[in-house]
Amino acid sequence: MLRRNRFLFILAILVFILSRSASAASEPYPFENSEQEKTYKELLAELRCLVCQNQNLADSNADLAKDLRQQTYKMLVEENATKQEVVNFMVSRYGEFILYKPPVSAHTGLLWLGPLLFLLIGLFGLYRYIQKQQDVKGSNYD
Amino acid sequence: MKKHLIPLSLFAGLIAILAIGLTLNPQKVPSPLIGKSASELDLPRLYSQERFTSSQMLGSPWILNVWASWCTSCKEEHSLLMTFAQNHFIKIIGLNYKDTPQAAKDWLLKMGNPYEMIIEDSQGKAGIDWGVYAVPETFVIDSKGIIRYKISGPLSEDILQQQLNPLLAQLRKEKP
Repeated sequence: MLRRNRFLFILAILVFILSRSASAASEPYPFENSEQEKTYKELLAELRCLVCQNQNLADSNADLAKDLRQQTYKMLVEENATKQEVVNFMVSRYGEFILYKPPVSAHTGLLWLGPLLFLLIGLFGLYRYIQKQQDVKGSNYD
Repeated sequence: MKKHLIPLSLFAGLIAILAIGLTLNPQKVPSPLIGKSASELDLPRLYSQERFTSSQMLGSPWILNVWASWCTSCKEEHSLLMTFAQNHFIKIIGLNYKDTPQAAKDWLLKMGNPYEMIIEDSQGKAGIDWGVYAVPETFVIDSKGIIRYKISGPLSEDILQQQLNPLLAQLRKEKP
């Protein structure tokens, strides 16, 4: 019984934390349809606030983040812009740094392929190591 | 014996790369606007009924300095900007960012006015078009209206000597 109560208590705290972070910065904006609202929320999650660099536009309470949320809303709802158009607008002004998910291109190649490269180097090292162990074993049995 | 040096040197290399990473300033984001035409400004002026349009600056290089009365690091660079304005012929336009006219005027009265003209961007809309994310910011625009330089954060003597002055000398040479 006690254990169950503790579980419920932790669950309540988690729900509290999650609901708080989700509503950290939400101005009441009316949307024409749910598709628009979904795109708006996606954009706020994917665009970085340049003032608080480890927060996205949705989480940040910085003044600039507020302005950029407003700009995003204006473009989506009043100007009927597509998601890509908003992204292009932001990138042309603030650079690719504003994107949490940088596009795959020649100069971001190392960023995207780097982990794979390290994995391959590691696998190669492991292969060599195992091979050598087998050689040693083999010579013992001679 | 030699074999043990391989992981050690790899580790040392990694430490070196991470150490360099620690010395970089993450607030310094390269601007995508350098080398591009500046976004057109059409804003009210602080001490005049006329409006300012950036096309009226075509023909000679100029400096755009983004500042606000609420911005503490603007105070830091202000005396530098005052001496700079006295010693250079280049026009400095002050973009008063998300401020009120009264607060801006009070501030300039107290601190001195290095600007040729001051324009008001009370909503910060022009700021978004120019990719402003921290105040103060300083742009250098050439005679063709192309942004040649941008710095985010307060100017310093070092920045003036090492970056701004050489660029301004070069712009003078480019002038037809």
